Amino acid sequence: MRTGFRLGAVVVSVLLAIAVPASASEMPKRGGTLTYMIPADAPPSFDGHQEGTFAMLHATAPFYSTLIRVNPENPSSPTDFVCDLCTEVPQPAGEGDTYIFKLRPGVKFHDGTPLTAADVAASWNKIISPPEGVLSPRSNWFMMVDKVEAPDPSTVVFRLKFATSAFLPALADPFAFIYKKETLDRDPQWYKKNILGSGPFKFVAYETGQSITGVRNPDYYHPGLPYLDGFTGIFADKQATRLDAIRSDRAAAEFRGLPPSARDELTGALGDRIVAQESDWNCGSMVIINHKRKPFDDVRVRRALTLGIDRWQGAPALSKIANIRTVGGIVFPGSPLAATKEELQQIAGFWPDIEKSRAEARRLLKEAGAEGLSFELLNRNVDQPYKYVGTWLVDQWSKVGLNVTQRVVPTGPLLEAQRSGNFAVNSGANCHGVVNPLLDIQFFLPASVGIANYGQYEDEKEIALYNRMLRETDPSKQRALMREFEKYVVDTEAHQLWVAWWYRIIPHRSYLKGWKISPSHFINQDLATVWLDK
Amino acid sequence: MYRYIISRILLVFPTLIGAAALVFLLMRLVPGDICLVRLGSGGTSFTQQALATCHAEIGIDRPWILQFFDFIWGMARLDFGKSMWSGKPVIMEIATRFPISLEVAIMATIIAVVIAIPLGTISALKQNTWIDLVVRTFSIAGLATPAFWLGIVSILIVLDVTQAVFGHPWMPPIDYVPLWQDPIRNLSIVMLPALTIGYRYAAVSMRMTRSAMLEVLREDYIRTARAKGLVRRLIINRHALKNALLPVVTVIGIEFAFLLGGLVVTEQVFNLNGIGRLMVLSVQNQDYTLTQALVMVVVTIAVLSNLVVDLFYAWLDPRIRLA
Amino acid sequence: MTIEVAPTTATTVPVLLDEQGRTVRGLWGVTITFLRRQPVGAIGMVLVLIFGLAGIFAAWIAPYNPTSNDFAAMTEAPSWAHWLGTDQLGRDLLSRILFGARTAFIVGMTSALVGGFSGLVIGVASAYFGGQLDLWLQRVLDIVMAFPLIIMALAVVSIFGTGVQNVIVAITIPLIPRCARIVRSSALAIREVPYVDAARALGYGHTRIIMHHMVPNVMGPFLVIITAFVGQAILAEAALSYLGLGVQEPVPAWGLMLQGGAEEYASTAPWIAIFPGLAIMLTVFGINLFGDALRDVLDPKMRDR
Repeated sequence: MRTGFRLGAVVVSVLLAIAVPASASEMPKRGGTLTYMIPADAPPSFDGHQEGTFAMLHATAPFYSTLIRVNPENPSSPTDFVCDLCTEVPQPAGEGDTYIFKLRPGVKFHDGTPLTAADVAASWNKIISPPEGVLSPRSNWFMMVDKVEAPDPSTVVFRLKFATSAFLPALADPFAFIYKKETLDRDPQWYKKNILGSGPFKFVAYETGQSITGVRNPDYYHPGLPYLDGFTGIFADKQATRLDAIRSDRAAAEFRGLPPSARDELTGALGDRIVAQESDWNCGSMVIINHKRKPFDDVRVRRALTLGIDRWQGAPALSKIANIRTVGGIVFPGSPLAATKEELQQIAGFWPDIEKSRAEARRLLKEAGAEGLSFELLNRNVDQPYKYVGTWLVDQWSKVGLNVTQRVVPTGPLLEAQRSGNFAVNSGANCHGVVNPLLDIQFFLPASVGIANYGQYEDEKEIALYNRMLRETDPSKQRALMREFEKYVVDTEAHQLWVAWWYRIIPHRSYLKGWKISPSHFINQDLATVWLDK
Repeated sequence: MYRYIISRILLVFPTLIGAAALVFLLMRLVPGDICLVRLGSGGTSFTQQALATCHAEIGIDRPWILQFFDFIWGMARLDFGKSMWSGKPVIMEIATRFPISLEVAIMATIIAVVIAIPLGTISALKQNTWIDLVVRTFSIAGLATPAFWLGIVSILIVLDVTQAVFGHPWMPPIDYVPLWQDPIRNLSIVMLPALTIGYRYAAVSMRMTRSAMLEVLREDYIRTARAKGLVRRLIINRHALKNALLPVVTVIGIEFAFLLGGLVVTEQVFNLNGIGRLMVLSVQNQDYTLTQALVMVVVTIAVLSNLVVDLFYAWLDPRIRLA
Repeated sequence: MTIEVAPTTATTVPVLLDEQGRTVRGLWGVTITFLRRQPVGAIGMVLVLIFGLAGIFAAWIAPYNPTSNDFAAMTEAPSWAHWLGTDQLGRDLLSRILFGARTAFIVGMTSALVGGFSGLVIGVASAYFGGQLDLWLQRVLDIVMAFPLIIMALAVVSIFGTGVQNVIVAITIPLIPRCARIVRSSALAIREVPYVDAARALGYGHTRIIMHHMVPNVMGPFLVIITAFVGQAILAEAALSYLGLGVQEPVPAWGLMLQGGAEEYASTAPWIAIFPGLAIMLTVFGINLFGDALRDVLDPKMRDR
C-alpha cells in the first residue's frame, strides 16, 4: 500500500486536476458574481511587490496582470508556464543567460492608458532592486538577474549573470504585478493603498476588514474572458465562519485550503452540491534547530531528532485530521528534481524500519550524553497543521526517551523568539508559490547569504554545494547535486528537519467551475477562467 | 456641589494619562514587532534588509520617549496617528467598525432591559414561589454561562435546525450592511450576537431589579400605601418601581461599559467586523498605534460612565448637593 | 484604663444564628446549620464539591491519560469505551474534563484568593489612611479597572511566557481593584466612626485598630466577593484560552478545550464543544448558588446584589 504512495498522490492530483472540473467539455456560461472567503483579516497593503501574504493576493490578484504565469489550465504542473502579457515564452538566448519577451499589443490599464514594455521593466526593476524605503522580500530570488531592459515598447529583455533553470519559475511569481511606470516614478508607494491594474477585473470597493469587490474588465486582452460579471472576496479569519458560509451558500469557496474534517463535513451535509479538489501543497512542516543552544550544536543530537520521527506511519495518520499527507524530501514531490522513494529511504528519518531508526537515535543520544534530554518545542498558536504536528512530534520524541514540552505562543512573540534565537527547537513551516525547488530550498542556507534563517549556523560547504547546483545546466547532473545537497542538510548535518508535505483540499460548491487546483495557494487566483454553472 | 463636580472631573485626566502610559509600556515590552508579523507570518522567507526598511518606515526604531510624546501630544489634539498595519488613519479604522459594535451593544441592552425589568419585578413580587425559583435559576445560569460557548452552540443549533427543517442550512449573512440600508439583513446579522451578550447582561440586571424591588417593597411607605387601600398595580408602578429603578439603572450603566469586554469574544465567535475584533487583531499584529488608540477609547468610555454615575449619585445625595 | 466603645453597625461582623437565635460555633455546626437553612446553597456546594473532588482525585479516577494522543480513535462519539467521546487528537474527553477541573480550581481559587487578599489590603489601607494615599490609590485602581483584560493578558503571556502561573497573574490583576473598591466602601463606614479616633488618641497602633475593628467588619462582603471571584476567574480563563492567550497545549483546561478544534468540529463532533462548556457552566453555577446562600446568611441586607 505504501509502495508508490508518493507517486500515487501525484497521479491522483493530476487526474483530479484534469477530470474534476468538466469545463473542458462544457460551455462556460457568462455572468454572475462569485463570492468567496479569504481566510485572513485585512492585508497590510495592496502592493504585491512588498507583501508576501496570500490575504493580499486573494484580494488583489484579479486586478492585475503578470508577465508569465503558471498555466491556468494545468496549474499542477511545475514546468508548464504560459504567457499572460507576453506572446510566447522564449527559450534562453545567448549562453542561456538572456530572455527576450515580446509583449501583446493593445493591452490597456484600467484607466485606459496603454501598457508597454517600459511598464514591465519598471515593475520588475522595483522588485529586483527596490528603491530606498521600498520592501521587496523576494528580491533574493532574482539575484541571478543582472538587468532588465525595454529596448522598444513591445520588447522586454532580462539579462542574467549566469544561466540557471531557476529563473523562469521565479519569473512566474504571482506577486509580480505589472504597474504603471509613470506612477512608480512619481510615487513608488502608491500601490500600497491604491489599485490600478490591467487584469481581468476592475477595482470597485474595499471595506476595511470586511470585503473587496471587483467588476469585469470589458477591455481584457484575453478574448472572451473573464466569464464572471464580478466578484466579492470576504475576509474571515475563523475557519468555522468560512465553513459555515460555504455550507449555507453565503460563499462558493475558499481558496487557501481546508482540513479533511471540513471536507468531510461539507460532503456529508451537501452531497453533490460540493466538489472537493485536492493536491499536494508546496508547503511543508519542518523543524528548525537552534545550533547555538546546547546540546543541539552536536550533530548527533540533531540526527537523533530526525531519526526519532516516524514519518511513514505518522503522515497517513495525520492526513485524517490535518493538512499533512505526503512524505517527501526537500523537493516538492512530483518535481523532476524530487527524490524517488528508494532514494528517500536512504536518508535518516526516512528509513523504512522505524525500530532501527529509533534504536539508532537512542544510540546517538547516549553517545552524545543527551539521553533523556528535556527541551521545549516552540510552536505557533495555529491549529492547522502546526499544533497537530507539534503534538505529534512531542509524542514521537517521547518514544526515543526525549522529554519534550510544547510551548505555544502568539505569532508576534513567536517570530521574535525565532529571530532572537530565544528557542531550542521550533516547529515551523515553509510555504512557496510557484514550484521552484532550487529557490524554495533557500531557507536551508545559512543567514550569511541574506535570508532569514533562524537555525544560527554557518556552513561554507553547504553554500558552495548550493551555488554549484544552481548554476548547473545539465538536468541529470543537477539532480545528482540535489541528492547530495538533500542528504547533506537533513541527514549528515541535520541542520533542519523536513517533516512532511502539506496537502491542499479545496471543497467548493459544484456550480463553481473553471478553477483548477494547484500546489500553491498563491497561484492561479486571478479568476479569469472561473464561471458559475447556475 | 460644584467643587465636587470640578474635582471629580479633574481626576479623570490622571487616570487617562496613566492608562496611556500603561498601554504604551505593555505593548513595547511584548517581544517582536509588527514588521516581523507582516513579513514573516506567511511562512515565506524574507530578507534582513526588508525588515530594516519596514522598521524605519513605521518609526519603531526611534527612542521610546519620543514615541510616547508623539502619542500623548497626538491624543491631546485628537490625532491618533496611522495604523501601523494598514497605514490608514486610526480614526478611520475605528470609525468603520464602530457602528456594528454599537448596534450589538444597544440591542443587547434593549434585550436585557426588556427581559430583566419585568422578570425581576415578577420575581420580587412572587418571592419564594416557583416563579421566583425559575427566574432566579435562569439568571444565575446566565451568569455562569461563558458567552462565547453560548455563541458557538447557538450557531450550531441554528445551522442544524434549519438543515433539518428546510433541507439546507441557513446562516446569518456575513457581510455587514447598515440598518437603514437593509433592516432585515442587518437585524439577522446582529440578532444572535445581541442575544448572546444580552443574556448575561439580562441576568445581572434581573438580579439587581429583584433585589432592589424587594428592598423597596419592605419599606414603610409601601406598607402605608397598602394600608390606605391603593390598588396593588398602582403601588407598584407609582411607588415601588420608580424607587427600585435607581440602583437598576446604575447597574445597567456600569455594565454597559463592561460590555466591551464581552464584545471582544463574541465578535470573534460570530466573525463580526467590530471594535472588539479589531482589538484582538491589533494586539496580535502588534500594531502599537491602533492598540493604544483602542485602549484609550475603551478606558475613556469606562471612566466617563463612572464619572456620570458618580455625579448622578452626588446629585441625589443631599449632603453633597446642598454643600 | 481601657475604653471599649461599641461600634455603630453600618456593617456587622458575620455571625451565624440557628433557629433559636443562638450563635452557632464550630465548623461542623456552621456547615450543618448552613445546609439546613439554605438548601439551594447546599446544592451549589455539592456541585462545587463534585467538580473540586474530581479535580483533586483526577489522577486516580480518570480512565485515560488526558494528554496521550490516539490517532486511531479520533472524534469518536460517546461510547462505553469513552464515556464523553474523544477529541480531534483522540484524547478522552472525560479524562480531560476531570483534569481540567484541577486547572480550573487552581486558576480560580488562586486568582480569587490572591486578588481578594491584595484587594483587601489595598482597600483597607486606602480607607484607613485616607488622604493622598487614598486619592492616588484610587486613581491607580481606576486605571487598572478600566484597562481591557485582553491587552493585559496578551502582555503578561507574551512577556513572561505561557503557563498556568502567568494566566493566574493575568486574571488576578483586574480582580484586585474590584475587591479593593468594595472593601474600601465598607471600611469607610468604620472609618467615620468616632471610636477609631478615640482609639488613636489612646495610642492604639494602626495594626491593632485595622485588625481588630476594620477587617472583621468587612469580612462579610469580602467572603462573598471571594466566592464570586472564583466563578469569574474560571470564566475569564475560559475566555482567554479561547482567544489563545490562556493556558496552552497540552495542559487540559476547559477553556482550552473549547478553542480551535471544538469549533472546527462543531458540526460533526459536537460533544467536543458541548461537554467542556457544560462543565464550566455547572461549576460556576454551583459557585454562584453557594455564594448567594453565603451572602444570605452572612448579611441579609446584601441579598441578590
